[in-house]
Amino acid sequence: MRIFASLRIAGRALRRNKMRSLLTMLGIIIGVGAVIGSVSLTSGATKQVEDQVSSLGESVITVFSGNFTSGAMRGGWGSAPTLTVADAQAIAGLKNVVGVSPEVRDREQVLAEGLNWNTQVMGESPDYPQIRNWSIAKGAMFSDQDVRSLAKSAVVGQTVVDQLFPNEDPIGQTIRIRNLPFLIVGVLAPKGFNLFGQDQDDTVVVPYSSHMHRITTRTFVNDILVQAANDKVIDSVQADITDLLLVRHRSKEQDFTVRNQLELMQAVTATSRAMSFLLAGVAAVSLVVGGIGIMNIMLVSVTERTREIGIRMAVGARAADILVQFLIEAVTLSAIGGSIGIIGGMTFSWLIAHFKHWPVVTPFGWMAIAFVSSAVIGIVSGFYPAWKASKLDPIDALHYE
Amino acid sequence: MQTNHVIKLDEIHKTYHTGEVDVHAVRGISLEILAGEFVAIMGSSGSGKSTLMNMIGALDRPTQGKYLLDGTDVSKLNRDALADIRNEKIGFVFQGFNLLARTSALENVEMPMLYNRQRIAAHEQHERATNALELVGLGQRADHHPNQLSGGQQQRVAIARALVNRPALLLADEPTGNLDSQTSIEIMGVFQKLNDQGITIIMVTHELDVARYTKRMVILRDGKIVTDEAVADRLNAEQELGKLKQAQQAVQLA
Repeated sequence: MRIFASLRIAGRALRRNKMRSLLTMLGIIIGVGAVIGSVSLTSGATKQVEDQVSSLGESVITVFSGNFTSGAMRGGWGSAPTLTVADAQAIAGLKNVVGVSPEVRDREQVLAEGLNWNTQVMGESPDYPQIRNWSIAKGAMFSDQDVRSLAKSAVVGQTVVDQLFPNEDPIGQTIRIRNLPFLIVGVLAPKGFNLFGQDQDDTVVVPYSSHMHRITTRTFVNDILVQAANDKVIDSVQADITDLLLVRHRSKEQDFTVRNQLELMQAVTATSRAMSFLLAGVAAVSLVVGGIGIMNIMLVSVTERTREIGIRMAVGARAADILVQFLIEAVTLSAIGGSIGIIGGMTFSWLIAHFKHWPVVTPFGWMAIAFVSSAVIGIVSGFYPAWKASKLDPIDALHYE
Repeated sequence: MQTNHVIKLDEIHKTYHTGEVDVHAVRGISLEILAGEFVAIMGSSGSGKSTLMNMIGALDRPTQGKYLLDGTDVSKLNRDALADIRNEKIGFVFQGFNLLARTSALENVEMPMLYNRQRIAAHEQHERATNALELVGLGQRADHHPNQLSGGQQQRVAIARALVNRPALLLADEPTGNLDSQTSIEIMGVFQKLNDQGITIIMVTHELDVARYTKRMVILRDGKIVTDEAVADRLNAEQELGKLKQAQQAVQLA
């Protein structure tokens, strides 16, 4: 096959009708541009959500206490007094568990040197920063010894620092919670807002034992954070926790709930994935329309160039040569259109990213898919006209007016 | 088998089945044409000369009979094989020139080489096309497009295109039909020159004037050959052109 000659002929034929070629390509350009643009924007959004979810910590399992029903009073997860520190310690002994933190939450008014601030006070274990994938910016996390001794040590978030110690180094300073002095031993690195719009840095973390005995005098914890060794063992660890707690609580009915981060991530990303499928579907329809445009123009072109086909056949072009020539023309149209569409779609999403500050992901996989599918559309829509051209009788074609 | 037969037709028939009636366009033609001949095939419309021309040109197959072209039996070949035969052995010159529009003279002449079974290198294509254009006296106009050329020049490009694959046979279908008398004589001069160099030419025409530049006349009627004889009073294009110019000068002088 003389592919290079055919490519040259196709290129010449397309250049001869520049305006028409461009308009024909427009369908593909818009279709591919829409695919690339929408995919890079929606996958940017998905990526952002995934980042936020993973900022909650990796391979993290959360054990909530069950629904709370006492007489006529009812409450949601975490309100029933069913989980204890002993449960957490038992979980820590399970296989593939690398970190456990019993969690106690409360809102308190925190005072420091004439300033005060209402914030979330969390009781946690020293594993907490590791579980939440959260680094300590300054100072250090309190220790197991602090937990055992009900130490009045605290690690604070950046927002609390900004509110209570605007111009000072907070390390070594004292804050008062319920009139008890807590020594600040560390500052958590800024983490920003979570998925639900809460400021994660607006927090004070103290040893859970101190929280339960000195601040709230509770005997149960709200939930237990557990970190599995990796994502692969997360399901087995989850099952082990369920079995363990069922035995420990001696209850037939499960009075707790075990959730992991992956489930949460799946729930949140399902929406944006559905969105990107929808957009890709719309774009695919416009690609098909673009293909019909190419077929239409190729049919016109074959009729218009019947004479040329006759001449080529008279000087020795085989039917296959004519077929390939028109097929290459159609594929060239759609492939160039696809390339322009990819560039256009990327440019569009970069502009959006630049001016609107939306996250954008360059979808290399989709680029390849878009290019290949536009070439395939070229072949499919070009085949019938090309086949029609190749079936012409040379004598009739030569005398076509 | 003798190889100096360029064409050997043996009892060729062609019947078209169109609707109810069968049309016998060619009814048993036998014809031998040797290398170096210059033959005019003549006849009125409906005489079967176009059908015969299409079969000689391997554009169509006879329904009956045998056709040897340059030693190859063409009458039983399939479409692709016929295309290859046209590419290698036949050069076509048409009444309406049939050049590709918006394509330079050189590219038009290169076109048949794109369909050669053996790949011809680009520089060789260019060289052969340039040589062919020089042979018909258009070396200077290689980059002109057909709409920038006169009718006679366009027909010269078409002749160059027909020659570029060094065919065994040059087949011309009413080559002067769209040209004025002076240009017609010029084109016949080109043919005579090529024939003098040994190229076999078959020309279909209905003009007796034009046929007189050839060496042999074959006249068809109702699908059969009625006359096949050498041209007695053969014209020489150069002389005729000289006479025409003198006559024109005389008119201007008068």
